[in-house]
Amino acid sequence: MDRILKLLSENSNLTYKEIATMLGEPEDYIEKQIKQYEKDGVIKGYQAVIDYDKVKGADATAYIELTVTPEKDTGFDSIAQEIMNFDEVESVYLMAGSYDLLVLVKGASVTDIAMFVAKKLSTIDAVVATSTRFKLKTYKESGIEFDSDNEEDDKRSIIL
Amino acid sequence: MINYDEVINEKIKAVKPSGIRKFFDIASEMDNVISLSIGEPDFKTPWHIREEGINSLRLGNTRYTSNKGLTELRDEICSYYRRRFNVSYKGNENCLVTVGGSEAIDLTMRTLINIGDQVLIPEPSFVCYNPLVEMADGEPVVVETRAEDKFKITPELLEKAITPKSKILVLPYPNNPTGGIMERSDLEKIAPIIKKHNIFVLSDEIYAELTYNGKQHVSIAELEGMKERTVVVSGFSKSYSMTGWRLGYSLAPKPITDAMTKMHQFGIMSAPTTAQYAAIEALKNGDKDITAMRDEYDMRRRLVVEKFNEMGLTCFEPEGAFYAFPCIKSTGMSSEDFCMELLKSKSVAVVPGNAFGESGEGFVRVSYSFSVKHIMEALKRIEEFLQERK
Repeated sequence: MDRILKLLSENSNLTYKEIATMLGEPEDYIEKQIKQYEKDGVIKGYQAVIDYDKVKGADATAYIELTVTPEKDTGFDSIAQEIMNFDEVESVYLMAGSYDLLVLVKGASVTDIAMFVAKKLSTIDAVVATSTRFKLKTYKESGIEFDSDNEEDDKRSIIL
Repeated sequence: MINYDEVINEKIKAVKPSGIRKFFDIASEMDNVISLSIGEPDFKTPWHIREEGINSLRLGNTRYTSNKGLTELRDEICSYYRRRFNVSYKGNENCLVTVGGSEAIDLTMRTLINIGDQVLIPEPSFVCYNPLVEMADGEPVVVETRAEDKFKITPELLEKAITPKSKILVLPYPNNPTGGIMERSDLEKIAPIIKKHNIFVLSDEIYAELTYNGKQHVSIAELEGMKERTVVVSGFSKSYSMTGWRLGYSLAPKPITDAMTKMHQFGIMSAPTTAQYAAIEALKNGDKDITAMRDEYDMRRRLVVEKFNEMGLTCFEPEGAFYAFPCIKSTGMSSEDFCMELLKSKSVAVVPGNAFGESGEGFVRVSYSFSVKHIMEALKRIEEFLQERK
């Protein structure tokens, strides 16, 4: 992966200057590259990685596997498009394997999500079958281990 | 009541405790200390290496190995050294697997030193050489290296320190704490002097894989006529993040290796078996891990050096290991005062340079074996500290 993207994917708080220093490149070059990535849609946005298990009243999360019948001209794209329009839907992926679309859904409660699946997703004509899996706990996300906060987990002792 | 003071060996009592220790005892009492003081990689041992260790346990490889270490491991060490540093050794003649590089340093001192022999030790450097020389009845002779020489050993410094009693020169490069390295041209300048005075070299190459700016480490053993008077000491701790496995090695002429093995055999028996199996995997398939870790250290290195220079603490550009050694003389404080004040007012721990020898006075050692996020926070606090004192 591009070294700029790698750094940003690990820590999007870095300034152009800091990235330039770390990579040994001129600052204006780094700035230009990042702006280009943003313009080209390579960089889609900058978000915090949040451990929702630690947030009171946070949403429930479910991964829903959908088996769908592809449309004649548009294949999976138009169905994916329809599904991603729902506010509840956070991510949609086309998968290889035993089902077609993987949909990440957030809702205020497990019941809310169940209702969303029953009333909104299952009723789409092209959807043949759904299989809903609720997330219980996050161990690692976006390369960050949630249980052992790296900084606090520094068990290195002082030797010499 | 037993008077333990009378019981304990006089030589051991005379050894000065590590200067770093004293400072850390204070830091460890404090809450929320953000440290840039640890001399150990922050990466975990790569998983495929850990897996081989686990697998060896599954297979029941829980006994001693031969005293010198597993034959396959010694052969792999030699093939690695040939591949990386262009020096040829034979696994069954020249290699001894030890409990960390530290044991190999201790064995070298005890094997080569006769009473009163002088050992030349460049400083600032890691704290173990002096006490180990003293314990072996040798006399440590400090060679003070300077920031203006990039903390290298120059021919002039070396010539000045040599006496008829000089027996060993310690070459601790890439250097902890300065990050200084000895390049081929630097080594070529001192090799003739070493040969002329019939001195041996203990080349501590534990940080050999961590060099930057495209400057590949050069072992002095590679130079014409040096292999026969050099003991190379290295290990797995720094290059593969394997500190806790306690595994190192020495590469030396056969008679020296045999003598060292004798002491190792009586004192240690054999290095940890599980670690030896994991190390074979590291040498066979670990090159990519080294590259990844080195690249990561390199980015942090650039960041740290730049920030210190911006703050007005002149920082010589380290080209090896994972330490920066900024000069704090502009603050008017001694190294210890600087570190103590910084610790008290900003809860940031760095190590006073004089812990690594008197010539380290006026400097502090900053380790960058921490995450970028951690480093940035510590640097921010150091900057505030400097601002407030202006």
